[in-house]
Amino acid sequence: MIDTALTIAFTLVGLAVALSFWRLLRGPDAPDRILALDTLYVNTIALLVLFGIQIDSNLYFEAALLIALMGFVGTVALCKYLLRGDIIE
Amino acid sequence: MLEYLLAFLIIAGGAFTFIGSLGLARLRDFYSRLHGPTKATTLGVGCVLIASAVYFSRGEAASFHEILITLFLFITAPVSAHLMAKAALHLKLASLAERPEPRERD
Repeated sequence: MIDTALTIAFTLVGLAVALSFWRLLRGPDAPDRILALDTLYVNTIALLVLFGIQIDSNLYFEAALLIALMGFVGTVALCKYLLRGDIIE
Repeated sequence: MLEYLLAFLIIAGGAFTFIGSLGLARLRDFYSRLHGPTKATTLGVGCVLIASAVYFSRGEAASFHEILITLFLFITAPVSAHLMAKAALHLKLASLAERPEPRERD
């Protein structure tokens, strides 16, 4: 039961990663690309957590937490750069 | 029973994540594209993380790591969306919405 659900969820999240990657490559403007990167890291967290459930190991939470932290900092830094032309004034 | 709840949460999480990215890929201007990932994807990842918390709590000890990640995501998603919208407004990206009427001064 859970295995079937995991397979379906892996397929859906994989498709989501592909769609965000497409937007990252195509995105007409810089904010589109930042948004695509933001979506990509959130999707990666979902993939890691699903993988942790599948192999029944809780080693991956720290990795997911680190990705969440670093992704947020990266998004803020990129937006700040677009807004002010500088990251730390 | 628990198994059905877990399967439902996992499939709902995957579906919401997919819908968010579909919105990101399909919608027509940046301001509407901003809605998909910031709402649907956050909800989807929240569902997956809660499923993981329930799955790893079935033994002796409760598992709180996922709650931490969920809280962090739910706090940071609006902040980054706000910053991205500000950057887009600063760059004057094209929008499908009409310009608002200039406000009359009394």
